[in-house]
Amino acid sequence: MIKDFRYLRPQDLQEALGMLREHAGEAKVICGGQSLLILMRQGLVAPEYLIDIKHLEELSYIRLDEDGLRIGATTTHRALEKSKELAERYPIIPEMEETLASIQTRNWGTIGGNLSHADPAGDPAPVLIALGAKVKLAKADGTREMALEDFFLDYFETALEEDELLVEISVPPVPARTGVAFEKFTIIGCDMGIVSATARVTLDEGGRAAEARVVLGGAAPTPLRAKGAEEVLVGEDLREELLEEAGRKASEECEPISDIHASEGYRRELVRVLTKRMLRKAWQRAAQG
Amino acid sequence: MKRLISLTVNGENHEVVVEPRTTLLEVLRDALGLTGAKEGCSLGNCGACTVLLDGKPVLSCLLLAVEAQGKEIVTIEGLAEGGKLHPLQEAFVEHGAVQCGFCIPGMILSAKALLDENPHPTEEEVKEAISGNLCRCTGYSNAVRAILAAKVKEEGER
Repeated sequence: MIKDFRYLRPQDLQEALGMLREHAGEAKVICGGQSLLILMRQGLVAPEYLIDIKHLEELSYIRLDEDGLRIGATTTHRALEKSKELAERYPIIPEMEETLASIQTRNWGTIGGNLSHADPAGDPAPVLIALGAKVKLAKADGTREMALEDFFLDYFETALEEDELLVEISVPPVPARTGVAFEKFTIIGCDMGIVSATARVTLDEGGRAAEARVVLGGAAPTPLRAKGAEEVLVGEDLREELLEEAGRKASEECEPISDIHASEGYRRELVRVLTKRMLRKAWQRAAQG
Repeated sequence: MKRLISLTVNGENHEVVVEPRTTLLEVLRDALGLTGAKEGCSLGNCGACTVLLDGKPVLSCLLLAVEAQGKEIVTIEGLAEGGKLHPLQEAFVEHGAVQCGFCIPGMILSAKALLDENPHPTEEEVKEAISGNLCRCTGYSNAVRAILAAKVKEEGER
């Protein structure tokens, strides 16, 4: 049974930030709770106060313009999955959301909740990092912005201070000749990934890789950029040996653990194979678009 | 500290006094006596606790009752009208889609949400819609047939 707590239901963002400040250190924010309530039921998290922001409509939005994309923290996974505008301009986001847990969880779980939970096996973070996303963090007296890549510090640990809230994710426009691909390895479809790989390739006019990103999920204490693998690709043409080399680098530089789902060695092998496959797919997508 | 919340369940308004830690599932089963929604894994994997919240399937075991304040909930008990089964329920009976029955309330509600949104689903869409409802009897084939047939039936009756 969940240990009891005081439930706070702010009327707007400002009130929520005030509550966070007042109860800093004793409060957890709930924004869908599809992961948090499991931890609370298991007794791993037992806050004095629970501040519910899920119902804050002012943070539920998907906005697209010439500066890119902005997503409010209380936007549900299902809304991202079903957005026609996203399917057109950032198709990798709905593609990733489609296999994030069950429909039931996607209907109630939110992007802000998912990122703040900071499970290294989460699906959205690697994809958003590959897209160069930033997060906006708010306190009662101001906001700051940081690269999503820097937001994750350790297992279930983020840069959020005790009185700070993730309010928005922003994604820059996707450059021309860019392809992105994401895949996670699961035993049952839509399950938590044992390992995931996201690849993003931007080609120059001659068809060589001008920029490459490889981001791994479930392969380290945080979502991990496989920079060694990225370096292998830059300035090169698409060749099978190159993909092999990038996959091998990624499997060497990741830091997976062994647990009941998979051994460290198995995870490294998955990283090698998925990195190779996703790079090929991203490269082909970049060449087409 | 207990809170007073109001919920609409199967069209009826309810005011319930709950501890914040109470899940929506516990309120439905223990306070309102609606035992159709089941507690399975309590981890968000099995879907046995699925109910519709503002028309969308959600997991009532991973939702605090206080979060559902002011929302409209539909459980399996709310589908039949005046003693007459909903076309989905009839189709499940006709196609022998019910074995032990534990997953069926959730599965039917997931199917209802699908048909409400997409009246002419393909077999693939049906499978996707119920993919969050695990059946340990593995009786998926007849459930899929029943859902595909339910729509035809519903239209035939209009």
